[in-house]
Amino acid sequence: MLEAKDLECERGGRKLFGGLSLALGPGALLRVAGANGSGKTSLLRILCGLLAPSAGEVRWKGERIASLREEFSRELVYLGHAAAVKDDLTPAENLDIACRLAGLAVERQAVEKALENFSVPARPVRKLSQGQRRRAALARLSLSAAVPLWLLDEPLAALDASAAAQVEALVREHVTRGGAVAYTTHQATGLDGAARVIEL
Amino acid sequence: MRRELLLALRRPSDVATALLFFVIVASLFPLGIGAEPERLRSIAPGVIWVAALLSAMLSLGRLFAADHADGTLEQMLLGAAPLGLIVAAKTAAHWLVSGLPLVLIAPLIAVQYDVAARLYGVLAVSLLLGTPVLSFIGAIGAALTLGLRGGGVLLSLLVLPLYVPVLILGAGAVAMADAGLAAGGQLELLGALLIMAAAFTPWATAAALRISSE
Repeated sequence: MLEAKDLECERGGRKLFGGLSLALGPGALLRVAGANGSGKTSLLRILCGLLAPSAGEVRWKGERIASLREEFSRELVYLGHAAAVKDDLTPAENLDIACRLAGLAVERQAVEKALENFSVPARPVRKLSQGQRRRAALARLSLSAAVPLWLLDEPLAALDASAAAQVEALVREHVTRGGAVAYTTHQATGLDGAARVIEL
Repeated sequence: MRRELLLALRRPSDVATALLFFVIVASLFPLGIGAEPERLRSIAPGVIWVAALLSAMLSLGRLFAADHADGTLEQMLLGAAPLGLIVAAKTAAHWLVSGLPLVLIAPLIAVQYDVAARLYGVLAVSLLLGTPVLSFIGAIGAALTLGLRGGGVLLSLLVLPLYVPVLILGAGAVAMADAGLAAGGQLELLGALLIMAAAFTPWATAAALRISSE
């Protein structure tokens, strides 16, 4: 589904990686490993089209993602470093807006159920802890089963064991369903056994 | 857009700041140049328009900065709808909370300047047509200066010159009406500016956002 050829990334005049090729088919699980500052996040941002590579190209089902734009965006979930939740809204409002933005039609109940599964309290996000914010953002995954490609940047950072296990379960489920998942991490996770690894 | 309005409702102080700024700037002039009714009446349109301009500038910096900081901007860039549409909705919401209140309070300021009552209509219509243009043009600047150090100053330098035509037409319309001439021409030009700005600037803003979020 997703193919990248000869990717090269330069940030601030420094070459982070070059000549990187990878392919993600249905059911693929890819772990991007590497030290801090090695370009893991940059690679994910290139794969979802937020960042243009300094050389090489990314294709989705044979088409360049730069020419697909929204058609490609609709087929992916990208969860970045920042939780992308608004402090002044409740987690349910945040999740509802995130899904709407992504073009997913979701029911109110589904949103609340997803948040309940991740045990996110229904308080304005401002009053939540870092881990709870993270959970509020990750709850989107349980509503995104129909979206084929998941790109997760440090999905398990700041999570406790039970939430981490839940995310891992969701990812495994998605992969068996035929979806593709790429995630970055520099820690060992419960997913590593099943994953292909790219070391940057 | 519903989201933006919801956010604005949760943060009433932001709206109040822009509005109060407008009122205070407009009230400073009589204090500075003396309370001579004739002179005040003649500078009123210009002062009200310049105050509206500055107040629009004040709220521009926040248009995308918060979304950039908490990562929601990335989600908008990856949204299912074309980015231009999302930007247009955001800008429209920005105008509803920062521009529309100015239009509504402007007649009150006009009273302060002893502007003839027959001019209130022209003043309100010129602001109604002009302030959205300020929001649309400003959005391009806000997107370009996103994440830059000292972006606020740069933003003013970029955007204020582009506001000049709107200022001339807006203040000009009121001055024309005051002189007993028809202000229709100026207002029509403002309307044309608004249509062009609404149609084209969101796409320019979208392109700028893609560049500055890389």
